[in-house]
Amino acid sequence: MVTIRAQGLSVRLGRHSALDGVDLHLEPGRLVGIIGPNGAGKSTLIRALLGLVKRESGSVLIDGIDSARLTRRDVARRIAYLPQGQTLHWPLAVERLVALGRMPHLGPLSRLSAEDEAQIDAALARADVLHLKGRVATELSGGERARVLLARALAVGAPALIADEPLAALDPGHQIDVMDLLKAEAQAGSLVVTVLHDLGMAARYCDRLLLMDRGSLVADGAPLEVLTEENLARVYGISARIETAGDRPLILPMGRIRG
Amino acid sequence: MSARRHPLLIPALIALALIAALGSLTLGAVPLSPPRILAVLTGGGDAIARAILLDLRLPRMLLGLIVGAMLGLSGAALQGYLRNPLAEPSVLGASNAAALGAVCALYFGLAELHPLALPALAIAASLIGIGALFLLAGPAESPLTLILAGIAIATLAGAGISLSLNLSPNPFAAMEIMSWLMGSLENRSYSHVWIALPCVAVGAALLIADGRTLDALTLGEDGAQALGIDLRRARLRLMLGVAVGVGGAVAVSGAIGFVGLIVPHLVRPLTDRSPSAILLPSMLGGAVLLTLADIGVRLIPTSSELKLGVLTALLGVPVFLIHLMRERRLW
Repeated sequence: MVTIRAQGLSVRLGRHSALDGVDLHLEPGRLVGIIGPNGAGKSTLIRALLGLVKRESGSVLIDGIDSARLTRRDVARRIAYLPQGQTLHWPLAVERLVALGRMPHLGPLSRLSAEDEAQIDAALARADVLHLKGRVATELSGGERARVLLARALAVGAPALIADEPLAALDPGHQIDVMDLLKAEAQAGSLVVTVLHDLGMAARYCDRLLLMDRGSLVADGAPLEVLTEENLARVYGISARIETAGDRPLILPMGRIRG
Repeated sequence: MSARRHPLLIPALIALALIAALGSLTLGAVPLSPPRILAVLTGGGDAIARAILLDLRLPRMLLGLIVGAMLGLSGAALQGYLRNPLAEPSVLGASNAAALGAVCALYFGLAELHPLALPALAIAASLIGIGALFLLAGPAESPLTLILAGIAIATLAGAGISLSLNLSPNPFAAMEIMSWLMGSLENRSYSHVWIALPCVAVGAALLIADGRTLDALTLGEDGAQALGIDLRRARLRLMLGVAVGVGGAVAVSGAIGFVGLIVPHLVRPLTDRSPSAILLPSMLGGAVLLTLADIGVRLIPTSSELKLGVLTALLGVPVFLIHLMRERRLW
């Protein structure tokens, strides 16, 4: 179990304010989606939570501990991170790539233990890529590679998972596979946060949505509360039809609002 | 494509290194029969054989192994850190800075005052170069700033070397500098071994320790840091390791190019291709390659002995042609 709390989190990238006083509390057991237009600060927010970008002000508490007092390794054991649109720099075998996920748990010179191997196999199975174990990761299709990289993040075995646009470049079938997997992780008690661009997927799968606009958190709540016509018009500048199916909205973007 | 390191790779490289070392002792301008060599190695032998073997060939062989190992290892570590298969020890400017230090020693005649003046100045220049690299590249994690700063230092040092050639008082002085720059292990003594060995040991230890960091960087900087890697410290170790190790190597051998560039390419197909897996094989492979090349320059009959750097540069060409052909799928 892990909790993440941000207080007044601000980040500047160059002269541009990328994140402006975000307050946030994330708890395990729910699938949280971060949505918002390009450049709204979604990736910056999660990079700031992970300590990958310098904070201008504010604080991040992980399990109630100020993250400034945690080492990178401490954070790595608590939060697994799947960066956006990953390029792989060397043609590693899938098994070798997924094994990188065990790094936060390894001593300086120790080798993979039987438990590490078991975690790696479990992660491969959960992401449904066990059959790709011996293949070379750079020679896989986009959908296979995305799932292998997800397996790499799962292999960390951390109580929290933060994924930045895990659906990019996936066909609808694979998008559903990945969302099902994230949902299952959350229901199994993990803290799962994911940046999404597909509002339909966000509405269908997420228990809670965070809507970002120009570095600020402008809406936070259940999909029905966040995905309103007013919010979509204000933040995305689009008109959309919103139907309700059960407790979840169905979103159909209609057009740009000019003016 | 094999996904694992070939189980015989390390034993085979060690065996090759031993064979190359033995060859380096046995082969040369003066032929020594195996019984005479054996006699010297077991503590006896005639005076001439002892002098040739222990005072000339043994330090030369040791330097070939030490310098080659450092060049191969630093090439592999830099290719992993910069995630660029064309990286080599000179990209951080360390070898050029060391060469400039040596050239200064030659130009101002310090090298004639004391035999150790040249290597000492080369190592000092390498350390000054790395200090400048720290100041220029800053603490950022991006490899690009490091490459840019390294190129700036390498270019400045290169300009200094050209200047010394430009201003050299007579053709003989220019020739002396030129011939040092081409790299050689000729006429080296144990004092050179004692200079190179500690530098290379420190440098190699710093580089070998970071194998796991290099693997994590396969996922990019964010990916590596999210796996718990402290990239700033890793970068510090890498810069220091290359500066001290390559500085020490260049100080005794001159600027020998291409070993650090080609050796990782030669061993990579025999490993699982992760950056950590090629560190040790590249170190051994570098030692083998340079020792063999040094035997080559002794055996190739030319009016004056071939310079080692000339031969390694020639060896680099076919390796890159093969890679080019594979890339174009001609082979």
